[in-house]
Formats: sequence, C-alpha cells, structure tokens
Amino acid sequence: MSKNAISTQKVNFKVFRFNSNEDYLPYYENYTMDVTSEEVVLDILNRIKWDYDGSFSYRRSCRHGICGACAIKVNGRSTLACKESMTTMIEYFGNDITLEPLSTKRAVKDMIIDKADFWEKHAAVTPYLVADIDECPSSENLVSPHDAEELNEADLCIQCGACHYACPVVEVNSDFFGPAAFAAAYRFEADVRDSDTERLANVNEEKQGVWDCAKCFECAEVCPKEINPIEKITKLHQMTFKKGVAKNNVATRHAVGFFHSIKRHGLLDEGGLVLYSEGPSIVKHIPVALQMFRKGKIIMPWNMPKSDKLDEIKKLIKSSSTVKF
Amino acid sequence: MKKLKYALFTGCTAKQSTPEQMMSTLAVAKKLNIELVELTEASCCGASHLQDYDDFLSLVLNARNIAYAEKHGLTMVTICNTCQLNTAMTKHRLDKNPELKARVNEKLAEVGLEYKGTSNIIHFLYAIIDDFGLDKIKEMVVRPLREFNIAPFYGCHNIRPSELHDESHKQKENPYNPTSLDDLIIACGGMNVDYEEKNKCCGFHVELQAPHTAAVLTGNAIAGATDQNADMMVTPCPLCHLKLDTQTKHASEAIGREVSLPVLHMQQMVGLALGCSPAELGLKHHITDVNFI
Repeated sequence: MSKNAISTQKVNFKVFRFNSNEDYLPYYENYTMDVTSEEVVLDILNRIKWDYDGSFSYRRSCRHGICGACAIKVNGRSTLACKESMTTMIEYFGNDITLEPLSTKRAVKDMIIDKADFWEKHAAVTPYLVADIDECPSSENLVSPHDAEELNEADLCIQCGACHYACPVVEVNSDFFGPAAFAAAYRFEADVRDSDTERLANVNEEKQGVWDCAKCFECAEVCPKEINPIEKITKLHQMTFKKGVAKNNVATRHAVGFFHSIKRHGLLDEGGLVLYSEGPSIVKHIPVALQMFRKGKIIMPWNMPKSDKLDEIKKLIKSSSTVKF
Repeated sequence: MKKLKYALFTGCTAKQSTPEQMMSTLAVAKKLNIELVELTEASCCGASHLQDYDDFLSLVLNARNIAYAEKHGLTMVTICNTCQLNTAMTKHRLDKNPELKARVNEKLAEVGLEYKGTSNIIHFLYAIIDDFGLDKIKEMVVRPLREFNIAPFYGCHNIRPSELHDESHKQKENPYNPTSLDDLIIACGGMNVDYEEKNKCCGFHVELQAPHTAAVLTGNAIAGATDQNADMMVTPCPLCHLKLDTQTKHASEAIGREVSLPVLHMQQMVGLALGCSPAELGLKHHITDVNFI
C-alpha cells in the first residue's frame, strides 16, 4: 500500500448536546463512524448534522482556518475544527473521541457558545491603531520590514477563542482579559505607528492584566495559528519595565525580586523574595511559614546557600542587565 | 549497561523549601547507580519570572548554567519543571538564533565561558524512564506500592510547550494525555489514577499576585484526584509539590471543600518502591503527613 493511500478506521464519538431553550441539563450523544485519514474534525461535525441529526448545531464558515468560527474542544483540547486532521486526533486520543463546545458552561446550542465575554475582553484592550494619521495623505505611511517584524505575527490572530477558553485563569477569574486579548494588545503596542497612552497601563492592572497569567502555556499549545500568546504576554511584561509604566506592586516586585536575589546569592532566596514582593503584607504568610519551619522547610537568612563563583554571576549581572526598575 | 552520568542542576527549592526532594534525588540515583555531578556554580534559572523583567540577562544566566554542564561534557539533568522550561527554552532560543547566541557569548566571554549548544537538557523523570528504562526499574522494585491508588500530577512546564519537550527528550509526551508518570507509577507497582486535572496548572506562579486563582487551581487538582479515589498524589515538580502539600488550607477555603492528600515527589515514590527508608527520602519534611508508610 502506498504511503499516501487513504485508510479508514472506526471511531466512537461522544458528542455534547444541549439546547438552552429546551434542555434542563446537557447530555452526550454517541455516534460510531468510519473515519478516513483525509477527514478533518469539521467533516465529522458536518456528517453528524447531515447523516444523523439535522438539528445538531455548530458554527462554521470559511473552512480554511481564517474565520475562526469553528473552534471546539476535542477530548478537552481547544482546536479549530476545519484545520485539525482526524488522524492527528486519533493519534493523540485513540478511537474514543469526545466533541464539546469551547466552554460547556457558556453553551447555547450544542457546539455554539455565547462568546460575549471573549469579545468584551477583546474590546477592553483598545484593539485598534491609535494614530494621528492624515486621512488624505500625499504619500504612503510606510512601515519598514524590521518594524513589522516586531509584531511577531500577533496580527495573524483570527479571534477563534481557542486559547481564551483553554486558559485556566479565565476559568477562575472573570476579570482576567485572557491570552487572546493580550495578544491583540501586544499587536498594537508593538506597532511603531501606534500612539495610544493607556493600553499598556490597562493591561498591567492587577486582576485583569498580564500579571495574573499563571504561565501554564495552555495558550501556546492550542493556538491554531501558532501565535504563541504567552510570548506576547511576556513581551508586554518587558514593555512595562522598558517604557517605565510598571507600577510598584506585589506582581512587579515579584519579577524584580528575582534580579535582586540572584545578584546577592546567585540563587533565589525564597523568604527574601516573599518579603520583597509582599512588604508588610508578608504577615499573611506567617501561619504557613511556621508550619514549614517546623518541618525543616525554611532556611534562616544567615544559612542562605550561595552559588559557587558568585563573583562571576555578579560580574555578568553588571555587564548584561538591560533594564532598571 | 554503561553507567549513566549527568550534570545535576538542582534549582533553588531543593536547597531550601523542599530538602526532601534533594535527599530523594540522591537516594534514588544511588540505588540506580546513576552518577550526578552537581553544578554548584549554577545560578537560579529565573523561575519564569526574571525574563519578564530582563530577558537578555535571563538568557545570559541560563546559558552560563548550561555552559558548565558542557564543560563537564554531560547532559544536564533538572529536578524542577520550571528549571527545565527556562533552561531548555534558553537552549532552544540560542540554538535557533546565531545572532542572539553570539551576543550572549560575548557576555559569557567576560568570565571565560562559552555556550556551545552541545549539552542536552532533560528532566530527571525522563532520565529514569528513557535512559535507565522502566523495565529495569520494574525488576528492581522490592516494595511494590501495590495497595495504593496514586494520582500523577505532571506539572505544566514538563509537558508544555510540547515542542520544547519533544526537542529535549527521547520520548514524545502528549500534553493532553501524558503517560510517563502513569507508566512510572505502574512500574513501581502502584495503581495509576486517571483524573481531569492531572495535566493542569497548580497555580504556583501567581501565588503572590493572584492568591485566589492560585488556591482554586490547587484545590481543583487535589479534589479531582480525591474524587477518583486517590490515596496520594505524585509530581516531578517541587513547585507543584509546594502548592499541593503546603497550601491545602487556602485551597480548601477557595473551593469550599476540605481537601488534603499526601503528595510525593516522583523521586520519593521511586525510592519507596526500591526500598529506600522514609528517613533517606525525607518524608518527615512534608506538611501533609505521609502516614501510610
């Protein structure tokens, strides 16, 4: 058999069903189908609707990974249905495949969700160019290739919501803007033509901003356009310090604290970092710290270990530092 | 088999808040006849926070750590998921970008070092599984953990980004359906517990700035394992361990349900199965008592 021959295998699909107008609770419907190696996840959604149940609902439009409408979850993994091959999904998860909307708690009908929270967060980061550009210019407003590279492909985002609904912080903290909104904020912050003065401060506010990112890399893993949202979140962190808009709060001190600790010990001084980050609020950590002390989990400042060749580390910090806070 | 030898990057917690992790790493290495050369010159990796402040400095410091492993001509072994992420990410970026590598090496030259890109960086979990071999571990088990349901908690930075994981390690790991830790539990004679949170985030990195988020994520993980009848959890990451072991009070308050499970470091679980004593593995250093031994 040639390498490119089409193969077929049986797959059991467990599909989330819910009609918010009629159903009290969602339920799962099972379908067993022969799936060919040529099919993508969207083909399966189509076959459920066309061959089994005409009332099955999902969003779809371009079928080319551009419109971002058909993002759903396959075995818990956010994915763009029109782009994801079934062969890959079977390789990942075997022959029992569960299809669910991006967020089951936001389901309206089957795979269709209410994406209002996503769009609210998107709108909140001023996701457009703020620039005083002549409406009838006599020449083009050119951006050099070098400057365009600064966007790091953040402009490729199709707002499918895959990363937003994969983010565990979005799930817990309803104020958090989420990875897609941050990628959009970065796209315009990194644009040399942009002159907005509030966006960066806005995405730095506690609770809603970049500092609440838990660094789990779920967004980087699921993005169908490989935008790597957490890389943009990191760049927003860095811009905050470079442009001098970093507030003096527990989150920024937590990042800067590593610098001071490494400078002094080569290593992280755990207790020192918490003290530096929290300031007087450190008292709230005392009960757990006492428990840890009793179990030999806390090193006293005078016993703090240091890296060998600390002088070397200090020398490098002096010559390689690029930021001040 | 040729004796395995690695350069050990301990990270900072092994020397401070998780002494049991250091003890059990050394105990298991001894049992398996693995030689670990500790990189005592190494600095902190920045724990995925330093680069938010100063990216270039973070690269230089991590490249310096790798350069010391290279000087020994050894693969670097990490025992913390976040050390693994930061170190492997530095390697990835420098190996892909000659211009950046040259800039970093210009700084390292000031202290007589050079980053070449010759040492691989792997987590101790995969050194045990890929290099030593699960079958051999199985043969060496003297005290199978037969009566225990053990819930694996993988920790984000060992499995995501998967591209980085697969670049560093021999065996690929599916971030949505990881198996390495499950396989190790089975090799140690235990029963692996499947639960939704096994590949999720523990919240460690936002503990200070977003304590509620961090506590809910920790609580969900312990609750998920509990609901699948786990007797204990096991993790390859000391930061996840700190959250799951020391923060149960906050976690319980945040999710409105009392949760608490003994949590073993991956090395402690292997050590127990291989017959190490509880004292050798530092079991007395846990906040949530490991009272089943």
